[in-house]
Amino acid sequence: MARLLTLILNGRRRTDAVGDNLLLLDYLREVLRLTGTKTGCDGGECGACTVLVDDRPRLSCLTLAASCEGKRVDTVESLAADGRLSPVQQGFHEKLGSQCGYCTPGLIMASEGLLRHNPRPDEAAIREALGSNICRCTGYVKIIEAVQHAARLRAAGATP
Amino acid sequence: MSEIAPTHTIGGYVPMVDGPEKVSGRAKYTADFIEPGTLAGRIFRSPYAHAEILAVDVSEAAALPGVVAIVTGEDCDKTFGVLPVARTEHPLARERVRYRGEPVAAVAAVDDATAARAVKLIKMRVKELPAYFTAREAAAPDAVELHPHRKGNIERDVFFELGEVEAGFAEAALVRERSFHCAEVCQNQMEMHAALADYDAVRDRLTVHASTQVPYYVHLMLAQILDMEMSRIRVVKPHVGGGFGCRTETLNVELIAALLARRARGRVRIVVNREETFITHRGRPETEIKLKIGLAKDGRITAVDCACWQRGGAHSGYGIVTILYAGSMLYALYDLHRVRYVGKRVLTNTPPCGAFRGHGTVDIRFAFEALLDEMAEAMGLDPFAVRRANYLHAPTFTDNDLMVNSYGLPECVDWVERESGWRRRKGALPKGKGLGMACSHYISGASKPVNWTGEPHATVKLKLDFDGSIVLLTGAAEIGQGSSTILVQSVAEVLGLDLSRLRIVTGDSDIVPKDNGSYSSRVTFMVGNAAIDAAQNLKTLLLAAAARKLDCRPEDVECLGELYRAGAQDKGVSFDEVVAEALKDSGTITVTGNFSTIPQSHGGKKYRGAAIGGTMGYSYSAQVVEVSVDDETGVVTVDQVWVAHDCGKALNRLTVEGQVQGSVWMGMGQAMSEETDYHDGLLLTGNMLDYRVPTIQDSPPIAVGIVESNDPYGPFGAKEAGEGSLAAFLPALTAAIADATGLRFTALPVTPDRVFAALEKRQREKRAPGKAA
Repeated sequence: MARLLTLILNGRRRTDAVGDNLLLLDYLREVLRLTGTKTGCDGGECGACTVLVDDRPRLSCLTLAASCEGKRVDTVESLAADGRLSPVQQGFHEKLGSQCGYCTPGLIMASEGLLRHNPRPDEAAIREALGSNICRCTGYVKIIEAVQHAARLRAAGATP
Repeated sequence: MSEIAPTHTIGGYVPMVDGPEKVSGRAKYTADFIEPGTLAGRIFRSPYAHAEILAVDVSEAAALPGVVAIVTGEDCDKTFGVLPVARTEHPLARERVRYRGEPVAAVAAVDDATAARAVKLIKMRVKELPAYFTAREAAAPDAVELHPHRKGNIERDVFFELGEVEAGFAEAALVRERSFHCAEVCQNQMEMHAALADYDAVRDRLTVHASTQVPYYVHLMLAQILDMEMSRIRVVKPHVGGGFGCRTETLNVELIAALLARRARGRVRIVVNREETFITHRGRPETEIKLKIGLAKDGRITAVDCACWQRGGAHSGYGIVTILYAGSMLYALYDLHRVRYVGKRVLTNTPPCGAFRGHGTVDIRFAFEALLDEMAEAMGLDPFAVRRANYLHAPTFTDNDLMVNSYGLPECVDWVERESGWRRRKGALPKGKGLGMACSHYISGASKPVNWTGEPHATVKLKLDFDGSIVLLTGAAEIGQGSSTILVQSVAEVLGLDLSRLRIVTGDSDIVPKDNGSYSSRVTFMVGNAAIDAAQNLKTLLLAAAARKLDCRPEDVECLGELYRAGAQDKGVSFDEVVAEALKDSGTITVTGNFSTIPQSHGGKKYRGAAIGGTMGYSYSAQVVEVSVDDETGVVTVDQVWVAHDCGKALNRLTVEGQVQGSVWMGMGQAMSEETDYHDGLLLTGNMLDYRVPTIQDSPPIAVGIVESNDPYGPFGAKEAGEGSLAAFLPALTAAIADATGLRFTALPVTPDRVFAALEKRQREKRAPGKAA
């Protein structure tokens, strides 16, 4: 069965016909071609597909698109504005929180979700918030530094 | 004008040039090219570990509406493989299947759901054969051979003895022998394998996008498998989500996509899932090592005797090289003169192994350092002192002819000793805590390429045109390791320009010069040198043009990057003016830079395969690991790692730190949690929950010390930074656990259940002394 889904995607309301069994991940990637959100596993193992649903991190590979009716869904594509990287993006870029970049959109959205609720997280809070996002390149050391850097940039109001 | 100065970034903390794409989601990986009309490809895989194929029936699948093309082993009788001496693999099995999950047939359909349904309709009739899941079983005298010309299922037997080994043992104050076991591990890079093949039937041309570290090798193998002229093929390597070695050879995924695309006369995308990515494998083999070391009273190593068995899996892959590395790289870390090595690479009915980060050196180094630590303790020697008693003195050649020109190991060892507070803290930690140390090393590119063509080892092109921007063209595969950043920095440094003057184009065979690929840590050293050469060639042209503008001799022109002038009083001419002048001669300027290794670095001839291990420069690493062991649960926590890495010269401190931390951490995964497991050849660990890589919660702070030994041949003195620090973690961890608990683990990974079992066993033995546990 298919239905009409209306949601606020990256700040804009839109309506699409979606199958009842369509995953949010496939809706974003295959239907809308927002390929910033990545597929890294066979379901719920790696966190690469993390997006925000109503400001909370969500694995889009375990979420039905239809369940997002009326909700706000934000992907990595939503963050940069006015020609500037967002604080989290800037943090990951400047501190090398990203190497191959494949886990990066998921980690950035998980970090964004953390900072929206806890603008000054300590290291333990960062570790907890990113605990289900696997990165195979960095060893996570610079990811923690990236999120700390992002929190400082955000506090300084460096970018929107 | 006096404030104008050349821009320098070498040695700085420089964020990656392709970072903005990655953090914004704009970076496109192979699976991200989603175009209407693309067919979805799926692979039918063998459910048998070893069997003769009697029939593959695709009739039902072919009749399914929406199925456009099906290929089986019948459609391709060619073989592929990375080593010219071992090309024994078919993209789709013919006559025999040799591991569970081996591709047998593939379907292209209008959408993925249809392709998946079609694959379920494929049937296979076989006659099952005995299957072997360990190296010992496969090498047993009565075992059925997996491949012709591989007698006894031995892919390669290696033997060498250099020096009087027995005399060395006779001289020793202590001789000890131990067996070690390392589980098979996988790269498990975040991007699952993907390929997009587009066949233009009108022109008989093929374009393949592949998630690869070696686009040139993929190009060669596509031509061989499809029986097509190389000139009709274009290979594109988009962004790649990590590799760690599993993509250093052509994989069946890209070949199957191409076969399907040609059959369908269209465009086919295959994105294999995580389980299939595990099965495609090319990881580090399960390894058994028997090692004997002799130590003199002062800690000098008097002799080494090492036997190494590797379970290679069903196809050759890099196997011959892996088993050779394990022997040759016993050398070049310490000063050894009496060494015997026996290596056996065995073919088994498990997925094929490959070249995992630290290729061939990691398990051997674990055994070596672990035994050294145990012997040091037995002799009452300090583990640091034992290392110091065995240093090489560069420049030198090892007994197996490896050229060592720069050697920063002593500084690495000093750094970790000091920074970890070893002298103060060792032995003074609370109960359950421990410190351990170890060393390792790695090559900066194999000096002899896999495919010997007589060309330079690396070629870089620079294009400079009317707009004043420089485009760097290279086949070097950026896979997240930062090669594009290093190459841009290198060119910019020579020309004194800001990085923003440069753009880099990589990984499109239509545009960029061929490159052998990103493996064996060759790119910084070899392609970096080629980039410097190209930049110097460009600079020569610019200086000549500036001289004409300034009416002086080229050697009197001073290059300040954005300004060229004839002496400090001259107001000079701008870079843009110099470019305009230079273009008058030739129009668009392209220059080439090359690099070739020197023959002295090619390794020796003292035994068959002795060239393996030869490189222009070895990196060195020392590590101290601090652990806490919970004796109630067996859980080991790594509290902190101190690592010092001799990378010759840190071209980019940020990316060097990132590479070193990443390799230490990957070593931690192998040491503590990662291992594959099979049941009758069926992979049980084909997901990231059962194949457990450390999460951010498990991962320690890793302090990095950069040691710069300034290699005489390295680009700006640099050597590799991305592999050498992996191996030392493993023995440093087991040494730390031994310090904390008194238990020496010789089998990896050291999982909580194994620690718990060992603690229990000791407890039982304490309660009932004399009784068998």
